[in-house]
Amino acid sequence: MAHLTSTPVVEPGQDRTMILNMGPQHPSTHGVLRVILEIDGENVVRLMPDIGFLHTGIEKTCEAKFYQQVVPLTDRIDYLCPLTNNLCYVLAVEKLLGLEIPPKAQWLRVLLNELTRINSHLVWLGTHAMDIGALTVFLYCFREREEILRMFEMVSGQRMMTSYFRVGGIALEPPLGFFDRVRDFAGYFPEKVDEYENLLTGNPIWMMRTKGVARMTAEDAIALGATGPTLRGSGVDIDLRRDMPYSGYENFKFKVPVSQEGDVFARYICRVQELRESVQIIRQALDGMPEGPIKADAPHVVLPDREKMKTQMESLIYHFKIITEGFAVPAGEVYQAVESPRGEMGYYIVSDGTAKPYRVHMRAACFANLQTLAKMCEGRLLADVVAAIGSIDIVLGEIDR
Amino acid sequence: MPLTPPITDLEQLKNHPAVARLLAWNAAAVEGVKFDRDEMTIYVERGSVREACVRLKDDPACPFNFLSDVTCVDWYPSEPRFEVVYHLLSIPKKERVRLKVRLDSAGPAVESVTSVWPGANYFEREVFDLFGIRFTGHPCLRRILMPEDWEGHPLRKDYPVEGYR
Repeated sequence: MAHLTSTPVVEPGQDRTMILNMGPQHPSTHGVLRVILEIDGENVVRLMPDIGFLHTGIEKTCEAKFYQQVVPLTDRIDYLCPLTNNLCYVLAVEKLLGLEIPPKAQWLRVLLNELTRINSHLVWLGTHAMDIGALTVFLYCFREREEILRMFEMVSGQRMMTSYFRVGGIALEPPLGFFDRVRDFAGYFPEKVDEYENLLTGNPIWMMRTKGVARMTAEDAIALGATGPTLRGSGVDIDLRRDMPYSGYENFKFKVPVSQEGDVFARYICRVQELRESVQIIRQALDGMPEGPIKADAPHVVLPDREKMKTQMESLIYHFKIITEGFAVPAGEVYQAVESPRGEMGYYIVSDGTAKPYRVHMRAACFANLQTLAKMCEGRLLADVVAAIGSIDIVLGEIDR
Repeated sequence: MPLTPPITDLEQLKNHPAVARLLAWNAAAVEGVKFDRDEMTIYVERGSVREACVRLKDDPACPFNFLSDVTCVDWYPSEPRFEVVYHLLSIPKKERVRLKVRLDSAGPAVESVTSVWPGANYFEREVFDLFGIRFTGHPCLRRILMPEDWEGHPLRKDYPVEGYR
């Protein structure tokens, strides 16, 4: 046991149990999650996740940056849905500033957020199926994800670390042809979801590996702080987009999928249906996209257009001041939560009235969701641990920050 | 939505479900209230935070049954130095409230809420790890993000951003 002394100590309870170390370099732990298991034969007696391998101190770094310089850092927290993190951060700062955002910027944010949700769920579906043994789905999912990443590249110049939203609006107008491309995608994507479902939903092997596995009741899920599909898979009907709308989500009509069983299959069904609902939201956003500016009218916060900077002295001064001194945010604190693909993503920002945030805290959905793993797996078979980890949809960047 | 000044008058805010519940239970436990940017903050006396959470969770009218987040703010060098912040959510009523506890810099400790919500476990470990606040009654208060043998608490304001060289 010498190798375990510096990190969580787990002593075998009886002679019949042994300690098994899963990860941090295990393919099914989606990054660097280490799970310490006490097993009795094939049965898991105790399970203890060990995290922190990816801790980079982002919260500390944020305190040393101007408000606008934090946006690129938020991408790195959850690298599968960078735009959701961008959105949550800018919404929090806008709430601190009391800024009104033009409708077009809000709708574009919703559109891109739903694309990100699809992107994130596709990675989850592919890797989750691969963990359980269905390799084909992975290849199919990444085919569609590639198209989404190309669309992100089209608007922001980056495939993954988009940093596209700004405090007070969004960085640039989307290029010509972007909306047509999204419309194309929204047209053919539901067929692709059918394709994934044909491979999995009715598949007897898939059902045996997921139905009744890693079950969790609604009470347990709430007590352990689970959110998102992990919570809705246990029958709790809450979705922040519908129940506490932000960024104009109150203008969209969509269903919130809920399953009652609380097993891996229920969480799978919730997420697959969310894929279809996201397409609905994207279509509504495309059809009803308002005209107008994409940035708020707040010259002391929002960088001026390039053209104005070259022709107007005022704009040049504002540009220089924002870049060199940042912008001061009135003292106060806000907690802004959004529904990320994994659950409640929350940013708690404290301002002391200067141009740098006094404290930025990210409430990561996976960080809380991971606590449910022990509840799901203890007393069950070792092979089900892999299915359970996949069904929580963890992203270690977000857990460790 | 232009900013309006925060309301800190207890009389004006006593109808908020969380404030009403806590005042009806023990008015001495409520040290202050603040309503700012549509968000409700209640300052709770440090000895009664767990009890206050139990009362809010069991409120029949508006049960704050979900613990969203626990974190901390370091106001170094002023005293009381630390503010432990709890974000509660009422899933049935879609209402949020923020509880705050002020702690001095000498041996900061507060009662753990893991007995109310087991999900507070990781959050409290994180606050302990990064701020050095002790949570009494926590089942296993160990470092969670930093290595076990790390010295110091990185998110404290007197800890340099680039670390100790």
